[in-house]
Amino acid sequence: MEALIEEFPVIRDAFWLTIRLTLASGLAALILGTLLAAMRVSPLPILRGIGTVYVNAIRNIPLTLVIVFCGLGLGVVLNVSFSDSLSTNSMWLSIIGLSAYTAAFVCESIRAGINTVPMGQAEAARAIGLTFAQNLRLIVLPQAFRAVIAPLGSILIALTKNTTIAAAIGVGEASLTMKTLFEAHGDAVVPIFFGFALGFLVLTLPIGLLFGWLAKRMAVAR
Amino acid sequence: MTAAPAPGPAPAPVKNRHRPVATADRATVLYDAPGPRARARNAVYTVLTVLIVAFALYVMVAKLGEKNQLDADLWTPFLRADVWANLILPGLVNTLSAAVVAAVIAVPFGFVFGIARLSDHAWIRVPAGAVVEFFRAIPLLIMIFTVMFGASLLFGLTVTPFSAVVVGLVLYNGSVLAEIVRAGILSLPRGQSEAALAIGLRKGQVMRMVLLPQAVTAMMPAIVAQLVVLLKDTALGFIVAFEDLLNAGARVLPSNFSNIIPSVIVIAVIYIIINLAVGAVATWLERRSRRSRRTAATPVAPSEAAGGPGGGVPAGD
Amino acid sequence: MRVRRIGALAVAAVAAVAGLTACGSSGSGGDDKFVVGIKIDQPGLGQKQPDGSFKGFDVDVARYIAKELGYPDDKIEFKEAQSANRESFIQQGQVDIVIATYSITDDRKKKVGFAGPYLVTGQDILTRADDTTITGVESLKDKKVCGAQGSSSPKRLADKFGAEWKAQYLTEQQGYGACLPLLENKQVDAISTDATILAGFATQKAGKFRLVGQPFSEEKYGVGVKLEDKDTREKINKALEKMFQDGSWKKAVDANFGEFGKFFTTPPTVERY
Repeated sequence: MEALIEEFPVIRDAFWLTIRLTLASGLAALILGTLLAAMRVSPLPILRGIGTVYVNAIRNIPLTLVIVFCGLGLGVVLNVSFSDSLSTNSMWLSIIGLSAYTAAFVCESIRAGINTVPMGQAEAARAIGLTFAQNLRLIVLPQAFRAVIAPLGSILIALTKNTTIAAAIGVGEASLTMKTLFEAHGDAVVPIFFGFALGFLVLTLPIGLLFGWLAKRMAVAR
Repeated sequence: MTAAPAPGPAPAPVKNRHRPVATADRATVLYDAPGPRARARNAVYTVLTVLIVAFALYVMVAKLGEKNQLDADLWTPFLRADVWANLILPGLVNTLSAAVVAAVIAVPFGFVFGIARLSDHAWIRVPAGAVVEFFRAIPLLIMIFTVMFGASLLFGLTVTPFSAVVVGLVLYNGSVLAEIVRAGILSLPRGQSEAALAIGLRKGQVMRMVLLPQAVTAMMPAIVAQLVVLLKDTALGFIVAFEDLLNAGARVLPSNFSNIIPSVIVIAVIYIIINLAVGAVATWLERRSRRSRRTAATPVAPSEAAGGPGGGVPAGD
Repeated sequence: MRVRRIGALAVAAVAAVAGLTACGSSGSGGDDKFVVGIKIDQPGLGQKQPDGSFKGFDVDVARYIAKELGYPDDKIEFKEAQSANRESFIQQGQVDIVIATYSITDDRKKKVGFAGPYLVTGQDILTRADDTTITGVESLKDKKVCGAQGSSSPKRLADKFGAEWKAQYLTEQQGYGACLPLLENKQVDAISTDATILAGFATQKAGKFRLVGQPFSEEKYGVGVKLEDKDTREKINKALEKMFQDGSWKKAVDANFGEFGKFFTTPPTVERY
């Protein structure tokens, strides 16, 4: 217990980094995932093809590999650099990996949501002369989003846990910090483990509750 | 908008001969069958997209070339049989054996805890629920780190990376599987167990002879989907120096040929192929179980059971 | 019915796996073999070659010792040892000896016995050949450094320069193979760990890198044996002394560290304790 109290500032910083990773990647994944979903239902076969290939490739690669590749491939080959500070830089590289990976799941979830919108809605929209983009933006997506709030919540929870994998390129988020603390406090393994487990529960439980409540409140009455 | 045969007005007939019928019904709900002008516009967009993609690919390849990543000697190792036999395949074997061992233990774990959560006795139901919820809620990597480093600091045990990965995978995936099993059994109509009880079967018999056989059929696709997740999660072992496929690509090969970027790309392709193969098995099972008339259950959607849409976002990877 | 079949299948699978693991862990593979725990991903020290053979300084030392103990080359079996499992390999008798960049420390002396050292090295710095601004550990205070996760080397630097330096200038990757392209492409300015490891990686790309050669710590690589087996330990010590004297040691250094062999000119003195 003493170790937890003594190291509290370190643990707080680690979880703050976990939160920042989650929020940044979550936002980017939502935007990219929506774009991908639009591509996958678009009239252009080529856009549908690109979306399908992307989603199926990404979903079958381990996230660890995606992140290692972002750390090395983007940094070394494309000279992508966000900051003079190496730790900030690897944080952003891992955010790219996390969002690219999570976007595939967001896309599939939104596509499922589009399928729940009754056909009459889109047909009516077409009947009054809306184009595909207007149809999607004004009629279909708003209803689809309301239908997939709960699944999006599950994705956000999974993303929160997945941020630990940023440890693969040395981002000092919660899991890597836990490992370091194990080495420094070999006698306090149990409290440290439960401390971090509790930390993740504190992060993920409210997400579940909030999205569950939102899903109920925003449900489309049919 | 959906391929499902929904009641209600049938989708408008399509006159587009370029598009296969299967996607046509979904497509035409969101946009009209293109007329001459739309077709011309679509052609322009298609060409634009091709150009953009081609340009992006060109930039990437050019950058790779600029950094000497396309040099032949970085890629030719992948054409050599001995490289595959001695450096890559041992990693693949380790990945697969970790996945198989973990799966073989996780599936019974899932059945035991899934059924335990449905017990009539609170003293079984509540602890089983606590275990399942706890291991589902914490990140897999935290679990692997704790097994790996915690056990040695706590008990002086030396835990091999293999055991740490397997224990972590079993606890996490076993807990997710427990939820799949529970959902599978709950998806059966109440009449099944009521009828079974009425003819005098005991609770254990009802579970064993009536509920489980039907539920297994229903949840097979979800279980296989979770096993794909498990297979992908073995890559986490890389972070604790387990000699898996990713380790072969990111450590062993580059130590011989200094070709980390080419080899990570090749390894990614191998992962995609393996997972697509396992995914194909899942699809085949799903089709088979949908055909089967031996169950009263509706198939458990992998999406809901695995805690996320479209096969679930795994906690680990 | 189906459940029973699946159950039987699961039982069979568990049995098969149990059998497999039992086979995998059954001791040192027969008594007539000399089993050596070795690193497989450390160029210059212990590295698995595409043809399945092993190469490196540790390998050469192992072969010499085996020869002195009466095992010809074809009786040696190399087994992959990881930093984390070296002690348990020795304690459980899965290997006869461990030669795997194994530093002699007081902590480890409580668990295993050490013969040697057969090589003394220290934490050093590798930089690009054209970068002359790095002359020693002090020059790293405003340079970007790459280290390997789980290694003690980056930690030593972080302790020296503090947390702010760590955030700004240190990146920890999965192994040195990942650090090299970062150094080559100027994402970092230096890699820091044992001079031997740096030399091994740098010889792969001759002329591109420079080893600073100002070690700021001391690591003594020893040969790990069972704690109570003083007899074998003494035999290995004798073998090592012979290797130092008859020129084989020098030959092994030159063969494995190439242009960096100049940093390891004199063999160490065996420490009997």
